Amino acid sequence: MTGMEVDTGEAVVFWACAILSVLGAIGLITSRKAVHSALWMALTMINLAVLYVTNNAPFLGMVQVIVYTGAVMMLFLFVLMVVGVDASDSLIETIKGQRWTAIFLGLLLTVLMVWGLGSALAGIPSVGLDAANREDGGNVQGIAHLIFTDYLIVFEVTSALLITAAMGAMVLAHREHWQPKPTQAELSQARFLGDEHPGNRPSPGTFARHNAVDTPALLPDGTPADISIPGPLLARGGVQPVDIEDVHAIEEADSL
Amino acid sequence: MNPSNYVILSALLFGIGAVGVLVRRNAIVVFMSVELMLNASNLAFVAFARMHGNLDGQVVAFFVMVVAAAEVVVGLAIIVQIFRTRRSASIDEPNLLKY
Repeated sequence: MTGMEVDTGEAVVFWACAILSVLGAIGLITSRKAVHSALWMALTMINLAVLYVTNNAPFLGMVQVIVYTGAVMMLFLFVLMVVGVDASDSLIETIKGQRWTAIFLGLLLTVLMVWGLGSALAGIPSVGLDAANREDGGNVQGIAHLIFTDYLIVFEVTSALLITAAMGAMVLAHREHWQPKPTQAELSQARFLGDEHPGNRPSPGTFARHNAVDTPALLPDGTPADISIPGPLLARGGVQPVDIEDVHAIEEADSL
Repeated sequence: MNPSNYVILSALLFGIGAVGVLVRRNAIVVFMSVELMLNASNLAFVAFARMHGNLDGQVVAFFVMVVAAAEVVVGLAIIVQIFRTRRSASIDEPNLLKY
């Protein structure tokens, strides 16, 4: 294969991955729901992994796929599951005009960086990593050589960092029980002393047209009972609107 | 192909991540934007390594990944902890230190 063909191939891969990763980044910051943001970020991460591989960094490309799209994204999605689906953004601005100022400053920063880097790097020739990779017999061997010689202390400190991070996460996630666990009798008393109705909640779809979980039960006057809908569905906004015909049908049945 | 294209792409991604950090209110999305900025800097490291013909840049990018993984673990634990006490993942909520 001639150098020219490699160059065109790389250009095709670069432009495809560059466009997709910028698309993913824009989707990440514009999605209303955090889960969608996480999926957009996964797209960006995978495309960056491909770009690493085209940049003669196959080891980093693989690590990117394993660490980022594997571990980190899984962690993000897991925390989203814990925090809940209603963790959407509040649209109230606590600082006036913050959004537009932030977008303007961000654009300014981007233009400045692109312009500065573009002009600074314009005439610099690229050495390429072929020689450096060949020196130790491959990219992985080359990185291993550096990590276990020049960067040995940094590498050792990294292990301390990882242990500290794991300890910190365990300490932060640990919940101390300050009070003894309530017994079943206490729970039952609390339930009957509280303001809520102690009985079962109405099941979804009662007196309504469908009995699917996203259809609220209808009260005797035809209004929907939100209490019959599972909380996450309410938060996600997936509740079916009440058909006015249902209300009429109930009225008709009532008058018979 | 000139590796400076990769550096410019990384500058673009860094800028988008910075806007995300400043604009979004959901702590998890802010955190994802920070991750995007870290990844953009990694891409720059990798491109510079190729430009200068030595593997040091790739080693630094590798260490950045390690630090980012540790940071995600601790940061998400803090977010979950705040969510437990405040029932909210919005970064406008924990403003008690203001007063």
